[in-house]
Amino acid sequence: MGAEMLVQGPGVPANLLLADAHVLDPRAGIDAIHDVRVRGGEIAEIGAPGTLQAVGDEEAIDASGRHLLPAFFDPHVHLRTPGQEHKEDLETGTRAAAAGGFGGAIAMPNTDPVLDSAPLLRSLRDSAAREARIPIGFMAAITRGLEGEELTEMAELRREGALGFTDDGRPVRSAGMLRKALQYQRLCGGTIALHEEDPTLSKGGAMHEGTVSAALGLGGIPSVSESTMVARDAALAGYERARVHFQHLSCVASVQAVAHAKAQGWRVSTEVTPHHLLLTEEDVRGMDTRMKMNPPLATEDDRKALVEGLRDGTIDCVATDHAPHAREEKEVPFEQAPMGTTGLETAFAALYTELVLPGVLELGLLVERMTAGSALFELPTHTIENGEPANLTLVDLDGEFLAGEHGWESRSENCCFAGRRLRGRVLLTVAAA
Amino acid sequence: MNHLLSIEELDRTEIERIVAQAARFAEVSDRDIKKVPALRGRMVLNLFYEASTRTRSSFELAAKRLSADVVNFAASGSSVEKGESLKDTVLTLSAHKPDAIVLRTPWAGAAELVSRWCTAAIVNAGDGKHEHPTQALLDVYTLLKRLPGGIDGASIWIVGDVAHSRVARSNIIAFQRMGARVTVAGPPTLIPRGIEALGCEVRYTLDELAKADVVYALRMQHERMNESFLPSLREYAAWYQINGRRLGPRQVLMHPGPVNRGVELSGEVVDSPQAVITAQVEAGVVVRMAVLYELLAGAREHQPDPTRPGRSAPGHPGRPDRQGQPDRPENVKQLA
Repeated sequence: MGAEMLVQGPGVPANLLLADAHVLDPRAGIDAIHDVRVRGGEIAEIGAPGTLQAVGDEEAIDASGRHLLPAFFDPHVHLRTPGQEHKEDLETGTRAAAAGGFGGAIAMPNTDPVLDSAPLLRSLRDSAAREARIPIGFMAAITRGLEGEELTEMAELRREGALGFTDDGRPVRSAGMLRKALQYQRLCGGTIALHEEDPTLSKGGAMHEGTVSAALGLGGIPSVSESTMVARDAALAGYERARVHFQHLSCVASVQAVAHAKAQGWRVSTEVTPHHLLLTEEDVRGMDTRMKMNPPLATEDDRKALVEGLRDGTIDCVATDHAPHAREEKEVPFEQAPMGTTGLETAFAALYTELVLPGVLELGLLVERMTAGSALFELPTHTIENGEPANLTLVDLDGEFLAGEHGWESRSENCCFAGRRLRGRVLLTVAAA
Repeated sequence: MNHLLSIEELDRTEIERIVAQAARFAEVSDRDIKKVPALRGRMVLNLFYEASTRTRSSFELAAKRLSADVVNFAASGSSVEKGESLKDTVLTLSAHKPDAIVLRTPWAGAAELVSRWCTAAIVNAGDGKHEHPTQALLDVYTLLKRLPGGIDGASIWIVGDVAHSRVARSNIIAFQRMGARVTVAGPPTLIPRGIEALGCEVRYTLDELAKADVVYALRMQHERMNESFLPSLREYAAWYQINGRRLGPRQVLMHPGPVNRGVELSGEVVDSPQAVITAQVEAGVVVRMAVLYELLAGAREHQPDPTRPGRSAPGHPGRPDRQGQPDRPENVKQLA
């Protein structure tokens, strides 16, 4: 299993000379100023500053004062194709990813129709081979139509290139159904990613259940709606020795359930979004529909536990859950609005500004967590080493901007960080995997 | 004050100012000709996304007593059923240049949202389970008339389905702003988690109801039973019905209407002199007159006395285009 599972549109392999860049790749153990040569889409040479010269058709880039990082990887995005191209398509979604410094992403199957059959996956990969600006992979549905009733043809979907399986946007309600998928995984492989929510607890909810929902008169979604399902499914994964990935964790109790599962040696991994790391239910008080997402923004204690979980490794990686919605869909009363925020274009800057600058997280650790998602789906990790594919992001950590001030690359603008002053501007993304 | 979107945004002084204005308007209601020209030439649009004969009529009557033109727009049987969004409906109706839009919707925050889309003053007549500020104001008005010691220091119990009640939310805030101590009581399935953050106390039984100076019963909606919030209305009544046995002789009984006799209230307490339910309805008109007056004519220095007949209020300084318009032949036009 490897990079061939990802698809990318046509492009010219990069020939670059990045001079005088602060190269930071914690996995490769690099944190120093270097010149970096990229030839034919590969990292050809890493030399001491001032030692490398551009030759031939190489484009020379003065990167002094800039940081060169391994390109980020997002294991959880919604590219809305097919069926909802008015929100996003493969081209705009991957352009947004590149603008945010991402050199790879995994698209979710809750499209219209649902990505639950091999022919659909084939045609989607064909489209991606024409339109995607960065390499992308696809998850297929666990159950047909995300209905939770019948398994998809998981083995055929895997052969056609599905990275794994998820009913994201919905939980697999029935423990018995999920168990069958976990058993079937022994045949076909592929990480099973789970959106955890007990619909009998979350029904009618528009935000986190707590003091803010009580004050606003909005239906609440209690955190136990997520954490009880995380605990249930971790136990199932342990029992079946299956490989599961918990999507977008949002609360203390879920972090604890994952920590428990990992302590048992169960094969679980998890992700957290920038918005759950930085925002809380208090940000919903104004009933701004950009703050409406699933799982909902929870309490300050939850937020802190997620940051701590990301730091100590209980949470493996950052994922944006980039969920574009058209303006008219979000420009409605809070209860009527669809759940979701875009996130690809602001993820790094928001986390850098709010967690790294105040000293909560080290920059190296943030880079590690923003590139760790690929390995969870058996994909190569972006690394800055000689001979590796050039998956690189050049950022200006001092570059300050108002999120969204020049519009968005995404077709949608429902970003929960819009209007915030952020630091850490992405200047260039090389995605040559 | 540009809009009335919630009680949350009003301080005690503002609540008292509106209630005092309502008291001045109460005198108009006792006249043979129940009308003053304070808002002549102004247009009030009632935009209702939920069936509500009572609140809508109360606003309509209030606007008419101030000589405003009134247009009623009900969402059923209109463009809304053809899929028009709230925003487009508001933009379309704004072309008629209403001075105020009275808005009732099933969605929290809708009034605030609409206030960003148009120039009219927005009056929130109920937004989902969030707020119903004019109800709270009329309840404060009613209580101030009824309680000899005023609301300050009074103990007010709000009983019933707090979870689904915008009246409860607005009143918890309003009564506390006026100095009362508020307790909410009801079945645990109908008391929202976190409600105590609004400053009220929470009880699951009526054992201490005798401590209350005012008992405010909420309407129990039958559909709550289908959603298993309650085992049965019979059990609800057994535990939470305000009846002759539970209501003390000096307690004031309130209810936002319409009453389910035999469920949240027994028939005998509805008919008792302690019940101020019809006084609340009466207060509704004068309080809504005061709100409309505050938004459309008030809050300026040297206000003319709006209760004096025969003299119209001066034109709105911010809207010169509305001056000198001929009177419309009829006060009410039915759209859609």
